[in-house]
Amino acid sequence: MIDIHNLTKTYDDATVVDDVSLSLPESGITAIVGPNGAGKSTLLSMIARLIAPTSGRVLVDGLDVQETPGAVLAKRLAILKQNNQVGMRLTVSELVAFGRFPHSGGRPTVEDERHIGEAISYLGLDALRGRFLDELSGGQRQRAFVAMVLAQDTKYVLLDEPLNSLDMKHAAAMMKLLRRTADDLKKSITVVIHDINFASIYADHVVAMRDGRVVLQGEAGDLMQEAVLEDIYDTVVQVREVEGHLLGLHYL
Amino acid sequence: MALVVLAFGAIAAALAFMTIGVKGNWDFVLPFRSAKLLGLVLVAYAVATATVLFQTVTQNRILTPAVMGFDSLYVALQTALVFFLGTRDLASVDMRLRFVLETLLMVGMSMALFYWLFLSRQRSLHLVVLAGVVCGVFFRSLAHMMQRILDPNEFIALQDMLFASFNSIDQQLLAVSAVIVLATAFVSRRLLTKLDVLALGRDVAINLGIDYQRVVLLLFAMIAVLVSVSTALVGPITFFGLLVANLAYQAVGTDRHKYTLPAATLLAIIALVGGQTVLERVFGFDTALSIIIEFTGGIAFMLLLYRNLRR
Ligand SMILES: Nc1ncnc2c1ncn2[C@@H]1O[C@H](COP(=O)(O)OP(=O)(O)O)[C@@H](O)[C@H]1O
Ligand SMILES: [Mg+2]
Repeated sequence: MIDIHNLTKTYDDATVVDDVSLSLPESGITAIVGPNGAGKSTLLSMIARLIAPTSGRVLVDGLDVQETPGAVLAKRLAILKQNNQVGMRLTVSELVAFGRFPHSGGRPTVEDERHIGEAISYLGLDALRGRFLDELSGGQRQRAFVAMVLAQDTKYVLLDEPLNSLDMKHAAAMMKLLRRTADDLKKSITVVIHDINFASIYADHVVAMRDGRVVLQGEAGDLMQEAVLEDIYDTVVQVREVEGHLLGLHYL
Repeated sequence: MALVVLAFGAIAAALAFMTIGVKGNWDFVLPFRSAKLLGLVLVAYAVATATVLFQTVTQNRILTPAVMGFDSLYVALQTALVFFLGTRDLASVDMRLRFVLETLLMVGMSMALFYWLFLSRQRSLHLVVLAGVVCGVFFRSLAHMMQRILDPNEFIALQDMLFASFNSIDQQLLAVSAVIVLATAFVSRRLLTKLDVLALGRDVAINLGIDYQRVVLLLFAMIAVLVSVSTALVGPITFFGLLVANLAYQAVGTDRHKYTLPAATLLAIIALVGGQTVLERVFGFDTALSIIIEFTGGIAFMLLLYRNLRR
């Protein structure tokens, strides 16, 4: 379990994450939704110790992320940020291999190679293994980064907008894949998602943020209500049931 | 592959340096030339390694410790010592001990600077370049100013301390420098894979379990030590590191430090030892090497800057 206690982040005068207390479960998919600038990325970065909080604590299975050695956390928790660029020129398989660093310390074993191969196949990148990242489309690159994070094989996975730059087919495939990973490998996957319908269909838990605060915590059904959505996004969303799923229509 | 070719090139340059144009007594020439060769190799290693490490930590291919003016910091430090303590007090201290103390001082000061520039908060690269250039000019001017007000006798003594070039490598410091360089070589060997991870950027490195703050500070300390060594031996060289580091990235075609670090050092050895051999032995010039290297490096710097700005 990831326990978040009174987490706050303030830049100069602006409070970006405001006294957030939250638990992320042991397994399943948690979707974090909310408008741009709500503080979702900042929250995720603080959970993964990339940003130091102004106040508050994050405990991963009881380990305080600010105090636990990075190498220990790297075997339990992995994060993929929203915009990923690496300064190095790498092939897909080289990038994915880096995901094994916490386990291999740079000397990959047969076991590590297996994880690397599996992660690459899992994301349908077999044909692109030897390609350099700068020779890929945005969506392919995004999948390569997700493969790296999955190769890290941690119980907790945090993904900041993994559907970014994926087309319809690959976005749905990515969500199915995350669903499968969470179910088969009993992982806890937390995703920031903009498309509330993906959250509605695939997430076990939903956290909605607005202006740095958590305004809703619950199941997808709690989120997918016209009054709630209008309150969070400040725009009219009609909710319809389609084949047993609640879908929001915001195009009208 | 490329490394083997470079290694042969470096060995060939060293052999040529040792043997070409020997007239008279080999017993005299060999020790004399080996000391000089050792000096050049140490400088090559120090400049190349400091540059590659610096570029990895700061995630750029244009800035080097020298471009940021950190060798000027060393000069300013030496000048300040003479200025405040006087040469008589300084001369009573063993030169090697003084070198070690100066290096420590240098490590402390440059780490404070590095920390402020790169770690205290995230700054844009352009701001850092600008700050670095300003720092460099500031240290240089500070040194000049102190030199102006210095007693003429003291000034001459200082000049003696500061005057070093590829031709007149400070012999006394060779042994100390060699020990220091070996120590940093040992540490950087152990850091090779961590360096690769570090090159992926701060956030990815932390995610993969690197103790970012600690590793970066350690690297900054090593860089400061290496800059001190090369500056003490041959004086400030601005663009040489930039040149060999970027040539090395091109030559090995990968960004793995296992390859780029040795390649940069070998290229630096080829350039320094080979260049010195050709100029001194074949053409009989004396001081031209540093000028040629700085000229080529300066052009490389402008090309890189131009390519980067256009992107
Ligand atoms: N380094 C920073 N300095 C100042 N403000 C920041 C910084 N990072 C983010 N912010 C601000 O914090 C708010 C939340 O950002 P973010 O967490 O990225 O939101 P989200 O991911 O929900 O879109 C935004 O208003 C953003 O401008
Ligand atoms: Mg965001």
